[in-house]
Amino acid sequence: MRERTSRRLGTQGRENRNGQLLSAPTLIVIIVSAVIPFLLVIVFAFSEVRLVDIPRLGTEPIDWSLDNFRRAFANPAFRASLWTTILYSTLTMIGSVGVGLVLALALRRPFRGRGFVRALLLVPYVLPVIAAAVIWQTMLNPQYGLVNTFGQEVLGWASPIGFLSTSSYEVLGVRIPLTLLVIVVFEIWTSAPLSFLFITARMQNMPSEIEHAAAIDGASGGQTLRLIILPQLRGVILLLCLLRFVWTFQSFSEIYLLTGGAGGTEVMSLKVYTELVTRADIGSAAAYGLLMTAVLTVLLAIYVFVSRRKEEA
Amino acid sequence: MSNPLRPSRTATTVRVVFLVVAVTLAIGPVIYGFLLSLRPYSDIVRNPLSLIPDLGSLDLSAYATAMMDESQGGFGLGRFVLNSLIIALATVVLSILVSILGAYAAARLRYKGRNFVNSIILAIYLFPGIVLSVPLFVLLARMGLTRSLVGLFLVYVATTIPVSVYMLRNYFIALPESIEEAAMIDGASLPVMLRKIILPVALPGVVATAIYVFMIAWNEYFYALLFLVQEKSLWTAPLGISRLTDFQVPVPVLLAGSITVTLPVIILFFLAQRYLVDGLAAGAEK
Repeated sequence: MRERTSRRLGTQGRENRNGQLLSAPTLIVIIVSAVIPFLLVIVFAFSEVRLVDIPRLGTEPIDWSLDNFRRAFANPAFRASLWTTILYSTLTMIGSVGVGLVLALALRRPFRGRGFVRALLLVPYVLPVIAAAVIWQTMLNPQYGLVNTFGQEVLGWASPIGFLSTSSYEVLGVRIPLTLLVIVVFEIWTSAPLSFLFITARMQNMPSEIEHAAAIDGASGGQTLRLIILPQLRGVILLLCLLRFVWTFQSFSEIYLLTGGAGGTEVMSLKVYTELVTRADIGSAAAYGLLMTAVLTVLLAIYVFVSRRKEEA
Repeated sequence: MSNPLRPSRTATTVRVVFLVVAVTLAIGPVIYGFLLSLRPYSDIVRNPLSLIPDLGSLDLSAYATAMMDESQGGFGLGRFVLNSLIIALATVVLSILVSILGAYAAARLRYKGRNFVNSIILAIYLFPGIVLSVPLFVLLARMGLTRSLVGLFLVYVATTIPVSVYMLRNYFIALPESIEEAAMIDGASLPVMLRKIILPVALPGVVATAIYVFMIAWNEYFYALLFLVQEKSLWTAPLGISRLTDFQVPVPVLLAGSITVTLPVIILFFLAQRYLVDGLAAGAEK
């Protein structure tokens, strides 16, 4: 008896040591590349550091100040950018998850060639962002792009539309932020396949019996969808909304490559880049980044609150 | 009696039309880009709406011009593709090595600190990476590594490890535990068991994760721009193509470059599609 306990302790001790040993490299990478940098962001955001100071960093005492935040909040361009980013992320989130859901529903029933159709639908997601951006720029080009030439020759547009450089455009008497909407559509195009994939994975694990029973009891397709399928997808949809918002909120390359910030698309991540590279102001870039983190933390708290309440209900 | 689950004919028609539209929207732009890359610029400007090139006027010179070295009158994309390939392969090797160990520990071993490591990986997955770009840039600049492929490589390894640990862990969890127990009883040590027993069984998952990491590194643009914009000889393919737009490069050449960087990704994706789809979506199944 005693012998068995001691051997068990032995295996447990070995498992403990092995686990720590195996996860050590991962942990070290994460500490060096994420935890320490995050602490540094806080230090930079509350101090005056510029690119020229880099060679002296760590050798001089830190000059603490709140100036970076004061300047950010006093700057109307900063507030406009924050608002643009929130609008951009919200619209993309709704569109991406919505399109993904509809695609998943449409591909639910097996048919010949379904795997191939699914793979084709995933192409925009795996496409390098540079290729996607070049293709869209060509497609939307005012001179020879497909959309503008089609609009002029077939739909009778009077003049080409600058899809990637128009911050405000009047459609039927309503002014819309045209370029911002174009990049929203672009982002939905590239990200909806992932939503589709997540929702499909969840659907494959749904028991079909309930649905079958409902159909026999005479439930219509709409009722089955609303009362049986969607409730089971609530968790994954909520998670996808969170992920998509977080990822879109910080997307840089898509917008930088498509518009370079023109046409009212100067989102926060472009601001961080400009502060860091063009204005050479590390402190200010860090402050902008920290404020982005603050917004996302609030959002995460809301997500936890909502998903908890769902579990209790 | 008809099967109550069978959809009506109208529902099927609507579904088919919808799927045709969806597939067209998904791959249409890519095909458009490919077709335009085969035509001379003057022809595109003259007939922007005639999409199908006649076989007689097919023109592959845009690809040659894009890839050739500048000394030969090209735009030097061949060199940028090589840079991308080196850095992406190096990233895959180191990232996967570290991740296999971390993911196995997370999937199977009960050790002190396990919950902490697992939750920090999840937190990083959710964390806005752009925030970390500022200190990472400063740290690597302080070490003199921002204008080198090594600095970029370190960033790529660091940013891909959380996602590949996460994916690999899901593959490991799905493996039956019985094979390891049998090996343990036979007295195999952990390194031997990992190499001889776990890896062969988990190989599809490891390959799929490796392909995913390769795609991330191959497609990455932001850090390449941040670190290497001044060092033309070190440009990666995405950075090179985006910088070409500054030089009034004709559109077919830009599209040819874009298609060139897309092809490897699409081929790899179709090869590994089944496993990748499982791994990417594994988090959603609970």
